[in-house]
Amino acid sequence: MENKVLKIKNFNAYYGDNHVLRNINLNFLKNTVTAIMGPSGCGKTTLIRAINRMHEFENGATLDGKIELFGENIFELDPIEVRKKIGMVFQRPNPFPTMSIYDNVIAGYKLNGIKIPKSERNDIVEESLRKSALWDEVKDDLHKKGAFLSGGQQQRLCIARALAMKPETLLLDEPTSALDPKATDKIEQLIEELKKEVTMIMVTHNIAQAGRISDYTAFLYLGELVEHGKTKKMFTTPKDNRTEEYLTGKFG
Amino acid sequence: MKINNLKKRKIKDNVFTAVVIITTLISTLPLTLILYYLIKMGVSSISWEFFVNLPSPPGVTGGGISNAIVGTLILIGFSMLFSIPLGVALGVYLSESKKSKFTGLVRISVEILQATPSIVVGIIVYLWVVITMGSFSAFSGAVALAIMMFPLIAKSTEETLKMVPNSIKEASFALGVPYYKTVLKVILPTGMSGVINGILLAVARVAGETAPLLFTAFGNPFMNMDISKPINSLPLLIFNYAGSPYKEWHQLAWGASLILVIMVLLFNITAKGIARKWKIKY
Repeated sequence: MENKVLKIKNFNAYYGDNHVLRNINLNFLKNTVTAIMGPSGCGKTTLIRAINRMHEFENGATLDGKIELFGENIFELDPIEVRKKIGMVFQRPNPFPTMSIYDNVIAGYKLNGIKIPKSERNDIVEESLRKSALWDEVKDDLHKKGAFLSGGQQQRLCIARALAMKPETLLLDEPTSALDPKATDKIEQLIEELKKEVTMIMVTHNIAQAGRISDYTAFLYLGELVEHGKTKKMFTTPKDNRTEEYLTGKFG
Repeated sequence: MKINNLKKRKIKDNVFTAVVIITTLISTLPLTLILYYLIKMGVSSISWEFFVNLPSPPGVTGGGISNAIVGTLILIGFSMLFSIPLGVALGVYLSESKKSKFTGLVRISVEILQATPSIVVGIIVYLWVVITMGSFSAFSGAVALAIMMFPLIAKSTEETLKMVPNSIKEASFALGVPYYKTVLKVILPTGMSGVINGILLAVARVAGETAPLLFTAFGNPFMNMDISKPINSLPLLIFNYAGSPYKEWHQLAWGASLILVIMVLLFNITAKGIARKWKIKY
């Protein structure tokens, strides 16, 4: 059985003349959490943004190689289709400020003009908010705007918004870097819970966080994939010297 | 010696505060005096008849400015109809487009148009519209006002939309929403209060314009609601009547000035209110 959801093959990325990712080969397995870690500027954000083709908005960004989602090269698909299948949660919570909580969750359907019956819509909203562990906190305020929510709640709202599209993969770009420890803890629990349903790829510069919640870890350094493997193994017996130095805080 | 120094500092501080407060008071003085004088001179002519009657001929007391009020509203209405779509679309383009020679050229021409003297706009519209159509008309007046309004709307739209954080745009893209829908359904609604604010300020700005209407809307002593015919407006009426030798007409001009200023103030206050009430926190 093929359980490789995403395959990155001989992947290179450039900003102008700057070669930011060098020949990356990486697979992501179904229902796992993979942490991509590395020091600032190592290309981890570029990599994650290439996976749902968000990097295309950057000026002068080019790339070569392949990224396959269930065997299909995402660069040959419509970027809009790719983004519906691969959801994304950003560093800072970014709910739509003009929309109510309900409309934020259903925004992927509404903004794309996908028409679904109201009862189904209600189900999607409730299910997504339950999955993101926000339902109990907001069920009485669904039609209020989300501005009164705390940062952690807003981030869970953004996760619910991504889940509502029923994505196969969820990309998390340092999802807790703007949150306090308590909210971070809640999001981490949520990620462990969610891997039953979606494959997750998380960028983090927090080594401890990668150790706590990921099944696999990829260590990027200066645009190169230094090491990739089971988190437990890599954190106890790293193969590469640079990984060991990064994990023990010699640089970063 | 040190204490002495401290005292000096305090005195300097107080003097500075006093200077700032006094200059602030002086700068509010013109508006206060204008309002005071307008109310003093104009309030006596304002009555129910003033709003519903046509101007009276010279020598007859009373009379109203109903044709100018209706004319101003028609002119503003049509100029909004022409300038809002143009201005908002242009503002979206300027805020969204990447830096290029063409964008730079567009931006400069918008800025130059904004700074073009209104009398010149009036003459150009006279050549383009009035001569082509064969007569002065409300339509040509509205075109002249619209040419003055749309650069203002474009600039304010651009500034507002530039303030919409990129993260919100990215949120929309990440859901697979195509670019044009992101602009229409996410970016514009998020910046809506600023866009409307800009439109109202542009209206307030042109509502009192006289020069572009001199050769276009022309003015009309009678009631007119046909946009292909000359039409009166408050600034035109003030211009014509204040310059006339008749005392009754002077009185009408004072009353009309008061109404015009109140109208412009209302636009400004509404714009402020909307900006405050619909303000969006990111």
